[in-house]
Amino acid sequence: MGEFRMPSLGADMDAGTLVEWLKRPGDRVKRGDIVAVVETQKGAIEVDIFEEGVIERWLVEPGTTVPVGTPLALIAGAQPAAAVAEAEVAAPAAPTPAPAAPPTVSPVPEPRTGMSRPRVSPAARRLAAERGISLDQLIGSGPGGTILHADVERAAAGAAPRPTTAKRLDLAEMRRAIAAAMARSKREIPHYYLSTTIELTRSLAWLEETNSTRPPAQRLLLAALLLKAVASALGEAREFNGFFTAEGFQPGAGIHIGTAIAIRGGGLVAPAIRDADKLTLNELMAQLRDLVARARSGALRSSELSDPTITVTNLGERSVETVFGVIYPPQVALVGFGMPVERPWAVAGKIATRRVITATLAADHRASDGHRGALFLADIDHRLQGPETL
Amino acid sequence: MTRDDVAAMLIDELGRIAPETDASRLDPNAELRDELDIDSMDFLNLVTALAERLMIEIAETDYPKLATLSHAVDYLVQRLGVAV
Repeated sequence: MGEFRMPSLGADMDAGTLVEWLKRPGDRVKRGDIVAVVETQKGAIEVDIFEEGVIERWLVEPGTTVPVGTPLALIAGAQPAAAVAEAEVAAPAAPTPAPAAPPTVSPVPEPRTGMSRPRVSPAARRLAAERGISLDQLIGSGPGGTILHADVERAAAGAAPRPTTAKRLDLAEMRRAIAAAMARSKREIPHYYLSTTIELTRSLAWLEETNSTRPPAQRLLLAALLLKAVASALGEAREFNGFFTAEGFQPGAGIHIGTAIAIRGGGLVAPAIRDADKLTLNELMAQLRDLVARARSGALRSSELSDPTITVTNLGERSVETVFGVIYPPQVALVGFGMPVERPWAVAGKIATRRVITATLAADHRASDGHRGALFLADIDHRLQGPETL
Repeated sequence: MTRDDVAAMLIDELGRIAPETDASRLDPNAELRDELDIDSMDFLNLVTALAERLMIEIAETDYPKLATLSHAVDYLVQRLGVAV
């Protein structure tokens, strides 16, 4: 008999609220199926299951807030949950309440303020889209006014929803979560910082040429090249990819890059692009596009939030040149990219203008040293000079 | 399709990307990226949606022509060959 538990979706999460069951007792489930929706500081998250079996019974009713690791349902015919979860997540020693797992909220910019949309469970959003029902007119009956699958079903059937007041996105709560994780990082992690300027001429020229023959839906962004360069370089810099726990540094089983994504309306999430080193640029771009869309519509999966092995933050085109990252515990490194800028650059003894980007590394001195960090950043630079081989 | 139809479609797509803002009240001469706080992924999604809805090609080198609402409408109208 296996147990389906409240997942840990970040070092800062100690409890979550079950919003909705998407499977019923008697339903057969397999690995990757979305079984429930939980409400966290990052919004409604779909929880997928790592096991195969039949749901025996629910142990927790929707609307209940329980600590991380609490069994939510019994799964018949499944292996014990902890063993499977450990194998899958490859996070540091995962006995019951699951260990503090990596990022959801990234440290860098301030959340945007001043907006409020109703929270909607991802399943409800899908059903509403299928049935052509406007979410604006619905009143949610879930925790904090979250619109549930059942509310959309009722609306589709023409019945009146149960009235409650709609809840605003709790920016104060998200700020508290960021504060807790970052305070822990600054208290426990002896950071060191490195910075280098990388010439982008070859990468940008290759991107322009590649994109010129593609329709917009298949175009690549510079972000995809940067992520791929980091993922490839990590293959030879394993001390930057993994977790620092009571047992010391534990290398990650795969290269799962937490990608900081700003959420319109407030905050950030850093879901993982899993095995990023094994993806082609096109695959990586497709995943990035999908992840950004789902992060912004509140449809991330628990598995994406629970296991990044490093974080990459990319401040984009309209911001600043350099980011000094704060590592998301228990990870051991954060790679940051600033805004690409045009600068004077020495080329064969002459000054020319070139487009460049500043790459920084914040790393944990318990797991690595500056010399290795410098080689890692230099390797990222080297890989960006050969974009066609990424 | 008239120029007003093109403008309405653009405002509709901007509203999808930045649902918390009222795109119909945008200053037509303000930089969209700043006004709506859209990043390169949002912009790529906008271009993708416009190219598909209008069935036109929008080259990456033309992105600067989409910088403001009024420039973008001018550009799209020209691409469509719509009589103004």
